Amino acid sequence: MFPTPIEKVSAPTRALYKAGLPVSLLLWLLPIIAVALTSIRGQGDIASGNYWGWPTQWQIVENYTAVFRNTPILRYIGNSFLVTIPTVIGAVALACLAGFALGVYRFKMNLVVFFLFVGGNFVPFQILMVPVRDMSLRLGLYDSITGLVLFHVAFQTGFCTFFMRNFIRDLPMELIEAARIEGASEVQIFWRVVLPLVRPALAALSVLVFTFIWNDYFWATVLIQGDHAMPVTGGLKSLNGIWVAQWHLVSAGSIVAALPPVLVFFLMQKQFIAGLTLGATKG
Amino acid sequence: MSTPAAALGTSRAAVPASWWTRHQRAIAPWLFLAPALLMFGLYVIWPIFESIGISLYDWDGLGTPKFIGLDNYRELTTDPDFFVALKNNLIWLVGFLLAVPAGLFLALFLNQTVFGIRAVKSLFFFPFVISQVVIGLVFTWFYNPANGIVGNLFALVGMEPVSVLSDERYVTYGIVIAGLYPQVAYCMILYLTGLNNIRPDLIEAARLEGAKGWAMLWHVVLPQLRPATFIAVVVTIVGSLRSFDMVSIMTSGGPYGTSRVLAYYMYEKALSEYGYRMGYGTAIATVLFAIMLVYILFVLYRIYQQEKDMA
Repeated sequence: MFPTPIEKVSAPTRALYKAGLPVSLLLWLLPIIAVALTSIRGQGDIASGNYWGWPTQWQIVENYTAVFRNTPILRYIGNSFLVTIPTVIGAVALACLAGFALGVYRFKMNLVVFFLFVGGNFVPFQILMVPVRDMSLRLGLYDSITGLVLFHVAFQTGFCTFFMRNFIRDLPMELIEAARIEGASEVQIFWRVVLPLVRPALAALSVLVFTFIWNDYFWATVLIQGDHAMPVTGGLKSLNGIWVAQWHLVSAGSIVAALPPVLVFFLMQKQFIAGLTLGATKG
Repeated sequence: MSTPAAALGTSRAAVPASWWTRHQRAIAPWLFLAPALLMFGLYVIWPIFESIGISLYDWDGLGTPKFIGLDNYRELTTDPDFFVALKNNLIWLVGFLLAVPAGLFLALFLNQTVFGIRAVKSLFFFPFVISQVVIGLVFTWFYNPANGIVGNLFALVGMEPVSVLSDERYVTYGIVIAGLYPQVAYCMILYLTGLNNIRPDLIEAARLEGAKGWAMLWHVVLPQLRPATFIAVVVTIVGSLRSFDMVSIMTSGGPYGTSRVLAYYMYEKALSEYGYRMGYGTAIATVLFAIMLVYILFVLYRIYQQEKDMA
């Protein structure tokens, strides 16, 4: 193990490490702690300039009810779910099919198609912006949740296919050969043999895509205009514009907006990290 | 040519295999690929070419586009704002790459087995999970000269607080630091996974030979972390060229456009109150794409090498 395990170093160093760990964690999370503390401050703290000290008034309930009552944040959160969940299902489903095709079959164009997905996944969003916006306008999908979902599904298919293909290719091919000899059709092989085996990958991929899409800001601003379809990232930005000096309310809104991906992360930590670090250990 | 499926068919029964049975293994992959290819082609691949095409036109997004050849690109070469954005992208690129050593440092710091370390590791990763909008807002407050932490620090040492985000000398660096926060967390998690999979026998052998500290890190540990480093560098470069969220939230490109990056400048030209110049906007996007293409091809080349080794 590297660095040297802390149990094997001198006692003072060990004590220093154990004391340093919580201190460094506190410093590292300072920005997030600051938002959390500000979200429960009263107007008095904000007016007197007590932004970073301990709150003198505790207004947890007041601030959070104010955010929900006075702003469309509930709407924004609802929109974010309506965008995120169908995107996760759509992109993962398409990627399962495509990943199966690229991971199981050997055909001439296999690598070319694979590279198309991998390369496309890295392009800057701005090269797609004008045509995608234009196409959404022409299809009547501009400023609608459906339009945003369709784009997200398409774009995430690149990364997801990359992920699924690599996972499926590492499965034991003997299983598939055996099923073929038994006379299984290709659809049956996909449905009965491969799909049950890729379940761990599906979980990892779903939590990753959930976080990516929930936190998307660029496409929300490009494809959505009105509050009726605005996800929470774009909504927060406009709230921040309206409530310039109301840091406590903007903070409460930020915490609410950050909660779903944070919960997903903590509930599915293992899958999340396994998905994110795919390829970090081999290759 | 007899396909295995056909061979299978003849061995099982005398019934002549249908056309589908004979060809399903050749056609099946394309049927499985069709939905993904259709969506990806429609929304990702085709728009790239469309954008490059639009960049040759003068178009406000509504009227009839007028073909003007390379005029948009000619205008770029004399547009000082374009070069400011390009220079800022360079600052982003170099500054953002600090996330790689910083993430390695954090990973080494946390790669221990003391009580509660798992929780500590996931809390360190926290900034990556939270939306950049939230991170951008907090850092904007940090930099607030009147009440921000940075202002307080300046006051503490008796200096006039610098207004980071409204000073054109510091603004881009200020935004890059905010952007680094989640990126360091990302690199850290890549390296923690890498460190987890290091071969203990190599470490022990090197220890017996007297290697430790820097020598150990440089000669024994880092070579084994190469896959993690590769991914960390790639995602960081891509992230730096994609930087848009932080600029939009923290400064909207200001003051006076000095913190614009290509991604933001393009958006402003094509879709904001500064006018709907789709052609000029896509020309900027095409330049950004061309820069990114270098990295994309590099990554694809590397994957190609790996595929060849595995085949």
